[in-house]
Amino acid sequence: MTKKAVALISGGLDSMLAAKVVMEQGVHVEGLNFYTGFCVEGHTHAIRRKDRAKEKRNNALWVAEQLGIPLHIIDVTSEYKDVVLNPKHGYGQHLNPCLDCKIFMVNKALAWGFMDEHGFDFIVTGEVIGQRPKSQRKETMPIVARESGADDLLLRPLCAKNLPPTRPEREGWVDREALFDFHGRNRKPQMALAEAFGLTDYAQPAGGCCFLTDERYAAKLADLWEARGERDYELDDIMLLKVGRHIRPAPHYKLIVGREEGENRFLEGYRKRFLHLRTSRVPGPLALVDGTPARDDIGLAAQVLARYSQGRDEAEVEVSVHHPDGVVELVNVAPLAPAELPAAWHV
Amino acid sequence: MSDRGTGERLDARGLLCPLPVIRTQDRVRTLRPGTLLDVIATDPGVLHDIPAWCRVHGHRVLFSRREGEDIRIRVEVCET
Ligand code: SF4
Repeated sequence: MTKKAVALISGGLDSMLAAKVVMEQGVHVEGLNFYTGFCVEGHTHAIRRKDRAKEKRNNALWVAEQLGIPLHIIDVTSEYKDVVLNPKHGYGQHLNPCLDCKIFMVNKALAWGFMDEHGFDFIVTGEVIGQRPKSQRKETMPIVARESGADDLLLRPLCAKNLPPTRPEREGWVDREALFDFHGRNRKPQMALAEAFGLTDYAQPAGGCCFLTDERYAAKLADLWEARGERDYELDDIMLLKVGRHIRPAPHYKLIVGREEGENRFLEGYRKRFLHLRTSRVPGPLALVDGTPARDDIGLAAQVLARYSQGRDEAEVEVSVHHPDGVVELVNVAPLAPAELPAAWHV
Repeated sequence: MSDRGTGERLDARGLLCPLPVIRTQDRVRTLRPGTLLDVIATDPGVLHDIPAWCRVHGHRVLFSRREGEDIRIRVEVCET
């Protein structure tokens, strides 16, 4: 009987190859992709105009199409919070809890794939020993297998030959000899394999598959936690961290200023929930104010906004202040001179 | 409830991709083959992602069009 494998598909090359290697052995493969809220895919490209020329595709779906397999996308945004906030194995270089993240995802794949209605036999990931300094090492491989509960039903086709045989190999569901022994950060073997499979167009994420590996993003998330006095977030918070300039003149409030039209339009979607500012007589960005600004703070916020408007060289700029209750007031302010905006305010 | 020709509607406005795709996927799972599902969304990413999702799962997109601020995509649920 044909065996069934569920493959974690991130949208990058490794997971694509891992799935393909197993498919080549006659295994029925379906893809699983998790949406954590921090993923670099999709809308992040759509927001910024400068990114529009780039592909807007969802890489995981695109990979599934190339492979000709169904892809199931699972929304894990709320459960994933615990992974980000309390990673048992700590963080990588920034706020990326990669090891806990892998354990979480393999565990989810196990729960999903082994449900009666799905009936999968094993799990496939694109992990490669030594690929990532913290989360993909020889010592972490058994940790992921054990702590996820998948144990020897977790197959890593790209580096299987460097690991003890798993059940799919022992039982002959796959041929171990036709698996690989990739290791380290060298990407050449993967590229050669992609070529051998005729796969020419694939995403090569530089740091990792999510925003938590991004230094600037991680700094903004840390700032959010510090300002709020607690480590927590809502989906909207982490979406907004992907967009605009974040300027914090004081601990109790910050401005999120659109950098271009696409971002302004994105921020528009949040305007009913935030105090927001815009210039009323000259073109300029939209700014949301997050936090609890006092009356006196609003004038300074307006000055900051004016500095990013086309009235930046004027003596005075009119700014409309929109309160969440619908009240709108107009204020005239002098745009802040660049020297008056301390670098430290930029989160 | 969902015989052929009777329309189902999914409001995914305000959601960013891939959430509209995930909502579509979860709704389609509950529908019988032949059902038509209209997904209404605002993120232009759906114009790419929902047809891609339908292709890998064997469902059909009958049309997608802009309706003012909204985007409407009509999906025909197929036997998979
Ligand atoms: S880069 Fe992000 S999504 Fe990828 S393993 Fe690390 S934490 Fe998880």
